[in-house]
Amino acid sequence: MSSAETIFALSSGAPPAGVGVIRVSGPAARAALLALAGRVPEPRRASLARLRDAQGALLDEALVLWFAGPATATGEDLAEFHCHGGRAVVAAVEGALASLRGIRRAEPGEFTRRAFANGRIDLAEAEGLADLLSAETELQRAAALANAGGALSREVEGWRERVLSLSAEVEGVLDFSDEEDSADLPECFTWNIGALAEELAEWLTRPRSERLGEGFRVVLAGPPNAGKSTLFNALVESEAAITSPIAGTTRDVIERAVAISGVPFTFVDTAGLREGEAADSIEAIGIDRARSALARADAVLWLGAEGEGPEGAWEIAAQSDREGYGEKPGARFTLSAMTGEGVAALKTALVEAARAALPKPGEAALNARQHARLAEAAEALQSAQGLADPLLVAEELRRVRLAFDRLVGRATTEDMLDTLFGRFCIGK
Amino acid sequence: MQSFDVLVIGGGHAGVEAACAAARMGARTALVSFDLAAIGAMSCNPAIGGLGKGHLVREVDALDGVLGRAADAGAIHYRMLNRSKGSAVWGPRVQADRVRFKAAVQAMVRAQANLTLVQGEAAALVLKGGVVAGLELADGTMFHVKHLVLCTGTFLGGILFRGEERYEGGRIGENAAHRLAQQLRGADLPMARLKTGTPPRLDGRTIDWAVLEEQPSDGEAWTMSPLTPRRINPQVFCAITRTTQAGHDAIRANLHRSPLFSGAIAAAGPRYCPSIEDKIHRFGDREGHQVFLEPEGLDTHMVYPNGISTSLPVDVQEEVVRTMPGCERAVIVQPGYAVEYDHIDPRALTPDLQLRAIPGLYCAGQINGTTGYEEAAAQGLVAGLEAAAAVLGKQAPRFDRANSYIAVMVDDLTLQGVSEPYRMLTARAEYRLRLRANNAATRLTGLGIEAGCIGEERRAWWERREATREMFHVKHSQRVHARELADLGLAVRRDQGEKTLAEWLRYDGVTPEALAPWLGEITALDPLLAEEMAEDAAYAPYLARQDAELRDLRASEALPLPSDFPYAEVPGLSNEMVERLSKAAPGTLAAAGRVPGVTPAALSALLVHARRRLVSGSFAA
Repeated sequence: MSSAETIFALSSGAPPAGVGVIRVSGPAARAALLALAGRVPEPRRASLARLRDAQGALLDEALVLWFAGPATATGEDLAEFHCHGGRAVVAAVEGALASLRGIRRAEPGEFTRRAFANGRIDLAEAEGLADLLSAETELQRAAALANAGGALSREVEGWRERVLSLSAEVEGVLDFSDEEDSADLPECFTWNIGALAEELAEWLTRPRSERLGEGFRVVLAGPPNAGKSTLFNALVESEAAITSPIAGTTRDVIERAVAISGVPFTFVDTAGLREGEAADSIEAIGIDRARSALARADAVLWLGAEGEGPEGAWEIAAQSDREGYGEKPGARFTLSAMTGEGVAALKTALVEAARAALPKPGEAALNARQHARLAEAAEALQSAQGLADPLLVAEELRRVRLAFDRLVGRATTEDMLDTLFGRFCIGK
Repeated sequence: MQSFDVLVIGGGHAGVEAACAAARMGARTALVSFDLAAIGAMSCNPAIGGLGKGHLVREVDALDGVLGRAADAGAIHYRMLNRSKGSAVWGPRVQADRVRFKAAVQAMVRAQANLTLVQGEAAALVLKGGVVAGLELADGTMFHVKHLVLCTGTFLGGILFRGEERYEGGRIGENAAHRLAQQLRGADLPMARLKTGTPPRLDGRTIDWAVLEEQPSDGEAWTMSPLTPRRINPQVFCAITRTTQAGHDAIRANLHRSPLFSGAIAAAGPRYCPSIEDKIHRFGDREGHQVFLEPEGLDTHMVYPNGISTSLPVDVQEEVVRTMPGCERAVIVQPGYAVEYDHIDPRALTPDLQLRAIPGLYCAGQINGTTGYEEAAAQGLVAGLEAAAAVLGKQAPRFDRANSYIAVMVDDLTLQGVSEPYRMLTARAEYRLRLRANNAATRLTGLGIEAGCIGEERRAWWERREATREMFHVKHSQRVHARELADLGLAVRRDQGEKTLAEWLRYDGVTPEALAPWLGEITALDPLLAEEMAEDAAYAPYLARQDAELRDLRASEALPLPSDFPYAEVPGLSNEMVERLSKAAPGTLAAAGRVPGVTPAALSALLVHARRRLVSGSFAA
């Protein structure tokens, strides 16, 4: 399988680092070398080159390498840029690559997937690699899915049977209408479709299984010196640490994954949010990160002035031990991280909130892929409800069946490969 | 000794298409039949086409086959089934005058270049090293043959049943090929038994047509083949009657005399086309079943009562017929009967319809467990094209489930086998929206031209049509604002902006006729093509969505599974899976996924193993 598209990704660790290795694979890899380095070096020999963007601006001085396909790691033409590992440099080189025609950023696992598709590694190797890479966190997920997997498959099998019988009714109308028995769809037909659609919709609102791995995400926010770090430490101290399963943990916010009463949490301490001009550029980046951390939060503990935090944040009056600091009459919790007063009550409330938001133990939960397939099925059912032509209704029901088949891996190999290779980090 | 590239045994619908297709490809071809005068006979109902079957007729025709034009030559009644539904499930069907149909088939067969007709009984295959090398006739004549196509219908172990009566042979008045049958049995091929049936034929002069509801030929101008410019024969009407309680009582009282119920016939019959005794037995609560009274020709009084296939004794058949309105005095000219016959388990065939066990021997038609002229003809076409291509070192057209019902059938047969006579249904085609009866030429004629099986006349027609299509494309890509359509009184919202005409055709009520101000006179150039392209436009969003699915399918098809793939060595495959897969011998991983009962886990294991073999194989090479 040779692919028309050329992909690139940073295959070394997240910047900042000593060196940033950016790999480019595909038919345009050679063009990428020409565009950035101005020449294609001798195959398989590192050579120094000045990388420039399309406007001719110097990006970096880097080592570049050229490997002609198919005898490469991916089985395709391959170029490597070993540039300086600063964040800005890596971003600039990636940006220059992304602006080239026919080149795009790689999907997770795509390099490995191409290697497999081009016969460079076999599936067993690939699977082994995947298992090795994720073993530590998979333990957590497997425990949840061991409970849930069978339950979900049974559920899907039940839905599939129902759709099959609906399909059979439509097909009867289509293939045998000129015979006597089946001229029209029964009245309850649309109702049955609607009932199933609703059932799927309910499933789609349930917490996803990834949440078990990620844990309930609690972000501490507020102005500088509001006591965030002290509270952060009070919350995570003496709790059992678990390894964060999230790849690429950002450096500017501090994250700590712990289990409280057996419920997984990720606590995030953000850089202080400070309005205005005083912030220097490094601080500005930190504040950006803090904002994106807030966007991903399940709960925000707001330690600033009342009403000034993000919508829905838990108002916390911290530092109750400090005289005259931050009066918050409407605070949900008043506590002192220094003395420990009120911290236990906060933890209890967090555990309660997390239990409601995470998949119930023993109940089947959908992962992102399953969720996407089920959403497809629900969407097709909805669209079938609005159609008058039985031929198109039949097509939508076929889509539903296909989505179910893909959900359990019955349909074709692509889904399985997507699942498998989706587990790799980019560029490995 | 005469020698042929391809020799076809049997002059039914499969044999005719196989022989003509091989000859069109340029192979030196022979067709051997007991009785050359019987070539092209319609042995059962006098109708061609129908739901799913009409698609096959159009596909065979698109590849320049015989069936569509012969159907037009014999047609005395045209009807587009399912007209009220979406066009992808419309089923063109004709009733054909038996005599005119047969005459047309024979004329085309005789006019076919590269084709020699041989009257005689095929007695035995000549094998050399297990591979087909020739054929011996009953009179001792020998032929050198490179590839041989068996289209012998129900001749293998066929037994006729009518009440307590038994006859050996395929049909009334014909012999069965005994020695050949014994030879095939000796080859230890997987075989099974099926049954089929036919209703009694009535004398139309004894039917009181005046009291019955008429079903006229539809008033449109379409034909089965685009090479038939207009309908040829005078059109007759059919009539509709029903079975009655009195008739059902007679059947129930005599069920024990039906070989189907006495245990004489154990084989499965078609669920889709059950005998009347089956219908009464299984749907006992029904007060009556519809029966279509179909005239068999312009010069005969024979009438085919479609819907009462039976193997009951003659006296019961008469009793039942005479309880139907309008048939109180009807006379049976030829009683109905059931046939039980052997067929080859089609899983023993490769996708080119060649027997894995006997290289060079192809099978097509009822012998593969199908029912129907159209199914037979389509298989004959495939076997003929493939056999000729193999001999000549050419490439037959590539059929797949997304381009033809032909491929759907061959794939179903060779992977899934049959448990009842296989009949085409539109429900079998997952990509039905793109496989319409009216776009068969668009889908297949180009492939046929590439493969070299299309004659001059059709090629010229096709080229004219492609030129017209280009003109349509240009017209369809004009951009028109919603306001302009609304001003014409079309039900589109004015605020939808500008779209191409092709996009507008997706909207309800926007027809090519309604767009006449922009399309102009062009529609008149080829109204059928205009309709087809309007439908393409209407279905476009659905087809676009299927594209992703098809890419997925193609990726799985890119992983081959050789026929000797050692399933038993695949870790994680259960014995049951190993057996199912070995029997069906799927050619690719995608095909393995369609083998019934193969689980997702088995597929994953297979994927890993097949991939590994492929990789190590390519390294070794």
